[in-house]
Amino acid sequence: MIVGLAFPETALIGLLFAAIQFGAMIYLASLGELIAERAGVLNLGVEGMMAMGAVGGFVFAIETGSPWLGLLAASIVGALVAMIHGLFAVVLGANQVVSGLALTIFGVGLANFWGTDYEGLRPDVQFVDVDLGPLSDIAWIGRIFFQQSPLAYLALALGCVAWFGLNRTRGGLALRAAGESAATADTAGHSVVGLRLFAVAIGGALAALGGAYLSLSISPGWTVGVVAGRGWIAVALVIFGAWKVRRVALGAFLFGLAMALPSRTESFDLPWHPILWSMLPYLLTIAVMIAGALILRNRPADAPAALGVPFRREER
Amino acid sequence: MDADPLVDPLADPLAVELIGIHKRFPGVVANAGTELKVKRGSIHAVLGENGAGKSTLMNVLAGVYRPEAGEVRVLGARRVFASPSAALAAGVGMVHQEFRLVPTFTVAENVVLGAATRVLHMGTVEKQVADLAQRFSLDVDPQRQVWQLSMGERQRVEILKALWRAAEILILDEPTAVLTPQEADELGSIIRQMANDGRSVIFISHKLHEVKQYCDEATVLRGGKTVASSLKVEDLTSPQLAELMVGDATHTIRRPEPTQACATLLMVENLHALNNRKLPALRDVSLSVHEGEIVGIAGVAGNGQRELADVIAGLRNALSGSVRLFDRDITNASARQRFRAGLSYIPEDRVGVGLAVQLSITDNAILRSYRQHRRGPLIATDRAKAFCAEIVSAFKVRAGSLDQRIAELSGGNLQRLLVGRELTAEPSVIVASQPTRGLDVQGVTAIQELLIDARNRGLGVLLISEDLDELLAISDRILVMHGGRIAAQYVGVDANRSAIGLAMAGEPA
Repeated sequence: MIVGLAFPETALIGLLFAAIQFGAMIYLASLGELIAERAGVLNLGVEGMMAMGAVGGFVFAIETGSPWLGLLAASIVGALVAMIHGLFAVVLGANQVVSGLALTIFGVGLANFWGTDYEGLRPDVQFVDVDLGPLSDIAWIGRIFFQQSPLAYLALALGCVAWFGLNRTRGGLALRAAGESAATADTAGHSVVGLRLFAVAIGGALAALGGAYLSLSISPGWTVGVVAGRGWIAVALVIFGAWKVRRVALGAFLFGLAMALPSRTESFDLPWHPILWSMLPYLLTIAVMIAGALILRNRPADAPAALGVPFRREER
Repeated sequence: MDADPLVDPLADPLAVELIGIHKRFPGVVANAGTELKVKRGSIHAVLGENGAGKSTLMNVLAGVYRPEAGEVRVLGARRVFASPSAALAAGVGMVHQEFRLVPTFTVAENVVLGAATRVLHMGTVEKQVADLAQRFSLDVDPQRQVWQLSMGERQRVEILKALWRAAEILILDEPTAVLTPQEADELGSIIRQMANDGRSVIFISHKLHEVKQYCDEATVLRGGKTVASSLKVEDLTSPQLAELMVGDATHTIRRPEPTQACATLLMVENLHALNNRKLPALRDVSLSVHEGEIVGIAGVAGNGQRELADVIAGLRNALSGSVRLFDRDITNASARQRFRAGLSYIPEDRVGVGLAVQLSITDNAILRSYRQHRRGPLIATDRAKAFCAEIVSAFKVRAGSLDQRIAELSGGNLQRLLVGRELTAEPSVIVASQPTRGLDVQGVTAIQELLIDARNRGLGVLLISEDLDELLAISDRILVMHGGRIAAQYVGVDANRSAIGLAMAGEPA
């Protein structure tokens, strides 16, 4: 290779393609966490719900022969698993951090157990990248934006739905009220527990879609540890995006870039071993957490005011 | 709804009828056969001391609590409310003492939270809310976020919420507690307008002059029972109402003549400080407290009083300026150094800053002075107990045992313990922040007498209070805080409610 002369054009296209791919995957999970947190429930079980979604989606896709049915099943499995957190953290008012961590441990463990017989199977069902004809043929842009997996467009569409739902509907208003001031939502006649359970279920379904994106599209198949800590990145992204649907989307692309880069370091002639580069998204996560903590020290938080606070109707 | 179809709601002249309401909480009977009758289109005061059962009764009417016995009739129909929203649907809206608003939402979003169209067109909604506000002369901008609003404006949002839900009966729970006297008068005219519109307003209060001024009829509660119902307010005098409320002639505090000695004890100069949100809370505050003097600080909540107390007590750093005690600069001294220099502090937040709620009475009593009750590195339990017993008997703290957790004490006893602890240290200056808030009449009197005693013994007292009557009753001088500044000062006879009220609103005469 002639160092520094040839601009690695195909590699750059590949990088941006993968950034959107990883970004869309992580966006699904982050969107779910965002909805749960806007309703006032911190769910640290994203990693576990993604693992369940990955294995559930793959298993059902193989058994039914349809990736779409697999996807549907994954979202149902995700919502059901999330209800464990819903039961403990929302209905019983347990500590949300502890319950969420338990959900991660449980979800990852159960997924590994469930996937034992499917490990290493070469799947013949998976999502194929779309072909939008002339759009897909445009130089650069066609490959980056118009040859993605259908799931990428699904992520975008769900982002729009979530934004509209949260900001422009009665239900969204009530859901946000439950996350900002649960007692207020309660006196206004909304069921705080109901809203929060709904948000946690949606969060679980979306996290599971992110997991299924991995097992049905990005790297089809099931292997133990396929989620690889990305659930935690999704949690960090919500903070990075200041609990806003659009800003989280931007952050997802950024983290997608960080996730796509490590396997391409050689084409860009970057120094250091790729293993070092693969730490990037996680370092970025830590950096976001630290920066977030520093920023929050000096100004009113963007975080929902009732985040992490269990609701119990006050009876004297 | 289980409305009785045989009753024509329009035929009944009563908006609300509560019959024989019983409501019990663990250890407390809040309502024991309470009765209330409210006429349509009237403003009805529910009067009583703290603990008389006013709030509980209203929470029963508003669907927050379910009574063990008794009947709730609204607009002529018998009702059993399962929730506040069920009560709202039947036309009963309540504005709670602590506002139920989402600070990060706009006014319009807060108003429609309980009843909105499935899809929100914020422009339309804001227009509708603005129209409603205008109809009742409620001056508030629907687009502003609630955290930016003053307490008076927030209250108007709460009233708007009830009107939005078409409430026929509006309950206001001690609505003037957070208002300036001028804002209270505005509220008075708003509710008068609502009453003229055919709605009924229930006005909960323990302030007699408000009842006289704003209300048509009054029902007086004492100890969970109705002692007088639907009295015509205009036929009554304040002392008569007070007697009904307290049960015997009110005990008035007699303040002795001002003392002449005037050595300066506490001197605050050009103090600047930030609040918890890092915004300026104190701007160039200077004041002094002399020997044998009670200096009152008046002001609407959130105008820097809390920060002032914190800075003087050593719980908050000053940006600039100085705090001196006996000519000694204590601006940067620790809380302990200040205490040993002769400064005692009765914080606004009694449990949390003043007392540790899970600890025993003895532990709380020695929190300030535990170093004097030790044997080597250990606490000398016997001496600590003896010390605590002294406080308990001297300040009449009613407690089962000295080892009891203070969580089990009533508000008045907690405050007696806290004040006792701070006074036993024989300070020269006491900073007392809202020392009587939330106490019953006897508790209030007891604490005020302790402060006056301290003053008569030559101590300097800085009394921060939102209760203007209290300040007028026992202060030698009153300073008014507004926007982090000392806006005005009144000495003795110059002090009158309306002048102070204007200064509290930032418009000193």
